[in-house]
Amino acid sequence: MSARRTLVLWCPDWPVTAAVLGGQGTGPGGPSRRPVAVVDRGQVLAVSPAARAAGVSRGLRVREAQSRCAELVVLRHDPGAEARAFEPVLRAVEAVAPGVQVLRPGTCAVPARGSASYLGGETAAAAVLLDVLEQAGVPDARVGVADGPFSAEQAARTAERLPGYQVVPTGGDRPFLAGLPVDVLAPVLDPDAPDLLRRLGLRTVGAFADLSPGDVLARFGSSGGRAHRLARGDDVAAAGGRAPLPELGRTVELDPALDRADQVVATLRPAAEQLVAGLAGQVLVCTGLRVEVTDDLGGVVSRRWLHPRFFTADDVLDRVRWQLAGGGLGAPVARVDLLPEDVEPQGAHTEGLWGGGPDDHVHQALTRVQSRLGHRAVGTSVVGGGRGPADRTTFVPWGDRPLPARPGEPPWPGRLPPPLPSTVLTRPAQATVVGAAGSPAVLDDRGTLSVAPARFRVDEGGRPAAGWPVGWQPVQAWAGPWPADERWWTDDARGHPTGFLARLQVVGVDGSAWLLLVSAGHWWVEARYD
Amino acid sequence: MTVLPPELAERLAAARSAAARADRRFGTTTSRRALETLPALAALLPGGALHTGSVYSVQGSVALATALLAGPSAAGEWCGVVGLPGFGAEAAAGMGVDLSRTVLVPDPGAEPVAVVDALVGALTVVLVGPVGRVAGAAVERLTARLRQRGTALVACTPLGAPGWPQSTAELAVTGSDWQGLGDGHGHLTGRVAEVVVQSRRSARPQRTRLWLPDHEGRVTPVTGPVAQVVRAAG
Repeated sequence: MSARRTLVLWCPDWPVTAAVLGGQGTGPGGPSRRPVAVVDRGQVLAVSPAARAAGVSRGLRVREAQSRCAELVVLRHDPGAEARAFEPVLRAVEAVAPGVQVLRPGTCAVPARGSASYLGGETAAAAVLLDVLEQAGVPDARVGVADGPFSAEQAARTAERLPGYQVVPTGGDRPFLAGLPVDVLAPVLDPDAPDLLRRLGLRTVGAFADLSPGDVLARFGSSGGRAHRLARGDDVAAAGGRAPLPELGRTVELDPALDRADQVVATLRPAAEQLVAGLAGQVLVCTGLRVEVTDDLGGVVSRRWLHPRFFTADDVLDRVRWQLAGGGLGAPVARVDLLPEDVEPQGAHTEGLWGGGPDDHVHQALTRVQSRLGHRAVGTSVVGGGRGPADRTTFVPWGDRPLPARPGEPPWPGRLPPPLPSTVLTRPAQATVVGAAGSPAVLDDRGTLSVAPARFRVDEGGRPAAGWPVGWQPVQAWAGPWPADERWWTDDARGHPTGFLARLQVVGVDGSAWLLLVSAGHWWVEARYD
Repeated sequence: MTVLPPELAERLAAARSAAARADRRFGTTTSRRALETLPALAALLPGGALHTGSVYSVQGSVALATALLAGPSAAGEWCGVVGLPGFGAEAAAGMGVDLSRTVLVPDPGAEPVAVVDALVGALTVVLVGPVGRVAGAAVERLTARLRQRGTALVACTPLGAPGWPQSTAELAVTGSDWQGLGDGHGHLTGRVAEVVVQSRRSARPQRTRLWLPDHEGRVTPVTGPVAQVVRAAG
């Protein structure tokens, strides 16, 4: 059992509190009395107590919220402002409890051992911190103490308003979590997972924890494995110093120094991607990251961030953005250090290979290739529905859920009967087809060709690979045109077919067989039977 | 599983035992292992099957290269396809390839051999498309690793292009006779392919005719006479 103890401070409805602290939403009646809702993409993200009393709750559409509470003040979600507003709170906490780590704006963790011995016990430390937060303008905060940060956060979230804190005894994480509904696992698993778990008859975290680790991995992938460890009270990323892993970290020197956060973040993107890829190359993921920002005058702002699942490159950049928004620098940014401090094995599976159970060495080799070429460069294919050969196959990057783009169920009348083409061009190559007299073959709106195809060629520049025939080739046999009304390459800027679209099979005198597409007088090679 | 005609089965057995004798005599292999191979192709290959640690060059036909993959894949081996952006997955599935265990790297970037190298050992059969010019040393290294790690390589190149150096066997489709298509009517129902196999073990190239594929999308030997499609004059 972990010898570490973690204390988590949680400010309920932080987006609202941040907006109020930032001076928004105030007005007659005082800031805390007004019904305020913070919305993100049309949905309510957080509400003030007055709004909650009026029936507004998280997840409502804005219009529905306004109809329940006519005087509702609607504010836009602004992560930068929320991070900025949290910064003074963090400084106040740091003054009494060293080693603060941010989980997200509004929630932070501190190692409980040091603070507790300094402040006279865990309960006393919790009370002192609540006091500190009240003075910093957050009257309604909660504190949870447990072994791991996940349990501590749940303890904070379920703490009663009075006394405002909840202490889970040492070694008591698992029994404490066992009674909670599976919904608390949503941030660690994925938003839909709780519904799924309930359908499987698992209503509490305890029921989930009792599953065998192998079953969880097979069904939910690596994030499931992590959620399962958390549910069992085995939280690897307990707050507190870990030996940093300097060889995996990335340092970016900015020359000239940059003073705009978006410029800094844009410059850091390759480094963030390399960081994540470098970890992936060792089959690791980062769950705790230190971001150190150094300004031109040598001032340093250092902050440790935890992640409920693990950091992707975008997550890393978000934390940098939040940290820059928090201020504290007196000059343009000259250098940023990204230091992974908590890393975990990626688990036996990446997400999504439900039950497939790829051998570890296959997974490792593919992840290595992915870290070299990019996530989307390696994958498998799934056959679904559709008429055209390219429609019917979906490429699934390694680690994603293998679901076809179109369902395979409907009969898809008009699809080609086997045998199917062995080469399907990712983008059709332009071609020319003429009749016996040399006049171009044109498809009319009723789907008939003006002349029977006698010769064809793949146009210069359109030939995708070496070994394709150059020049005109007489047609030995052909069939079609069969109507094909889907437009699967509409992103192709080189001329959209506007009229009727049809397919033909053509065999050249050299024995090569082709699948052609035609619209009016335009021809493309879609696939080859080679 | 297609039942082999007796004369092919006999030749297959003879070839296998000859290969086994040769292996015992020269002690050539440590990790060479015969893989499940489509019966239609097994008789064409040295040793009567696809073997790990070997390189097979296929010229002028993605379908034939895919067919080599189909046997091991259907038997549950992990396979890979590198550098063939247009790999016809559905056609491959029709031949018996298990797509869920077939890893695609459509665009391996500037160093395809390095990507293949990273997959060797993890995958049992790797099908690689045209890779351009490759330094001799890199090929040597890769060939050695194939033997060490127990992976078979199928290199698919266009007709006329040089095959992969140090191939155990070179296969080529030298002629195709597509069935089912007339002059404006019908649809493709299958192809009789003329396949030539040149291996290091036999001086004379071996010729055979295969359905590549037949009307169900499978690869089978041509046994009887092939019905000629009547084509209208014109």
